[in-house]
Amino acid sequence: MTPVTGTASGTAATAPSAEGGAAPERRPGTRGLAAAERRRERRSRWYRRDVRWSPYAFVAPFFLFFAAFGLFPLLYTGWASLHRVELTAPTDMEWVGLRNFARLLEDEFFWNALKNTFTIGVVSTVPQLLIALGIAHLLNYKLRGSMFFRVAALTPYATSVAAATLVFVLMFGRDYGMVNWALGLAGVEPVDWQNGEWTSQIAVSTIVVWRWTGYNALIYLAAMQAVPNDLYESAALDGASRWQQFVHVTIPSLRPTILFTCVVSTIGATQLFGEPLLFNGGGGATGGADHQFQTLGLYLYEQGWVNLHLGRASAIAWTMFLILLLIGAVNWLIVRRLRKST
Amino acid sequence: MPTTTGEPTTTGPTATGPAAVRRPRIRAGRQLHGGRVTYAVLTLFTLGSLFPLVWTAIAASRTNGRLAQTPPPFWFGGNLFKNLQIAWTDANMGTALLNTTVVAGTVAAGTVVFSTLAGFAFAKLRFRFKNLLMLLVIGTMMVPPQLSVVPLYMLIAELSWTDRLQSVILPTLVSAFGVFFMRQYLSEALPSEVIEAARVDGASSWRVVWHVVFPAARPAMAVLGMLTFVMAWNDFFWPIIALTQNGSPTVQVALTGLGRGYIPDQSVIMAGALLGTLPLLLAFVVFGRQIVGGIMQGAVKG
Repeated sequence: MTPVTGTASGTAATAPSAEGGAAPERRPGTRGLAAAERRRERRSRWYRRDVRWSPYAFVAPFFLFFAAFGLFPLLYTGWASLHRVELTAPTDMEWVGLRNFARLLEDEFFWNALKNTFTIGVVSTVPQLLIALGIAHLLNYKLRGSMFFRVAALTPYATSVAAATLVFVLMFGRDYGMVNWALGLAGVEPVDWQNGEWTSQIAVSTIVVWRWTGYNALIYLAAMQAVPNDLYESAALDGASRWQQFVHVTIPSLRPTILFTCVVSTIGATQLFGEPLLFNGGGGATGGADHQFQTLGLYLYEQGWVNLHLGRASAIAWTMFLILLLIGAVNWLIVRRLRKST
Repeated sequence: MPTTTGEPTTTGPTATGPAAVRRPRIRAGRQLHGGRVTYAVLTLFTLGSLFPLVWTAIAASRTNGRLAQTPPPFWFGGNLFKNLQIAWTDANMGTALLNTTVVAGTVAAGTVVFSTLAGFAFAKLRFRFKNLLMLLVIGTMMVPPQLSVVPLYMLIAELSWTDRLQSVILPTLVSAFGVFFMRQYLSEALPSEVIEAARVDGASSWRVVWHVVFPAARPAMAVLGMLTFVMAWNDFFWPIIALTQNGSPTVQVALTGLGRGYIPDQSVIMAGALLGTLPLLLAFVVFGRQIVGGIMQGAVKG
């Protein structure tokens, strides 16, 4: 395939100098030879430098941008969380120690947001991943128009949070919404989706489920297609039904992928922001009249950009980070436990 | 010593070779035919996936008054163009679409180029602290965006960048996921011998990147570009903080303005939502297969 590779032996160190970008002129004679020698040396020095330093040049853009817009803000958030900072005068910082965190723990709306984030997270993640698993299993069959089904499953992923939420707000409307109309056909009383505690959380979760189920299904499908065929064949030889094959072959093979999606969905759920913000109609960042669907992300936004307390918003951000680390640690423990058991 | 420059021999067969070899392995799986139940369930799921989008278009083609009646409309009315026009002018949709295209395009291009460079270095080159730096890259994937909004906002306020597009472009111009994705792809799709061969022929690192790495990475670059474009187009949390509806909003920010009741007309809101979604839906019609393939490919390796 690559005939050039054969020549690599032995000459690698000196070869580069002979063939630069521009073809070097070679003149006979001692002066010319000495000059050529010098030139060659210069080239090989340049070449060594190139090999040594280029990797850093290639990774530099990522780390420069990350340092400026990722690492610095991360650390500075920690610093700001120990100060009183207002949005109106972001440069006036007054040291308050841990008071922002203390006030956070006393604030009932923080605990409320934490609880809501948790319940909405569970109500959106669990059905989403279960449905995705089932759909992926079906997509794994040989199908006519399988590409159409896959693309269709992914279209909600391409819909923005804003567009999706605005549509669902309309569909979940109390008086003229489609959902209540359909429930009415089944003889169910109209539900006030926006103002009830549970109902609003279910409605917000529905938006999340709608947007992400197809995406997760494709991830599972990819993992399923990597499962070796002979596992199924031997299971079939042993007399396992399709369902038994699914439970005893597919699911165990998918375990790493399932854990991966659990982690990603959990991270996504902790950061939930756009759906509850816009589900509130014109009500702003409170997450409903009684804060019934205010998430941590929304609470952060409310403290920082509505109530103008940037210091407190920073404290919320760090608290969210700590919660994520905690979840990550729990996940890691579960993974380790699972590895031991297999 | 052969005096070929190495370009023609290295780019041609090797760029497509590994991808073609790998495909059967991923395709290998259970190939049972789906029964009627399979088709029925998948059709239901597809309807559920597409219905809200279709209904957005239906609602956008009606009047606000019609939407405030039961039963809700299930077919198109004649008001679509009027609503689109109102959304276009009142929510500044034209500017917003242009802004979003600029933002998403720049972010996608930047992410692709920078990720390919870094991914190549991590996959194929030797340098000190390589593993430590890669660990750092993966670590940054875990950091939630909320953790940096406050200082970022202070930063752009200090630089007077609020309402300027660079405030949403620069912080997302590189992506840890992209670096990871390209590293995984290149470590398989780009044989080390090809790079060595190019080096033997005297190519500098930049020539190697231009003539060997970029051609070999092209399929993955296309996928990463599309995924990043979709993500940047739909980004919400940071743009809503950095941009306002009166300055230079992205589509998502402009939509929020519609939703917040500056214009309480529901059919106009739906028209705006339609406008903001349509470009990506069109892209899905054209590139759907590649986008699906890209997500599945990223999933197997991630």
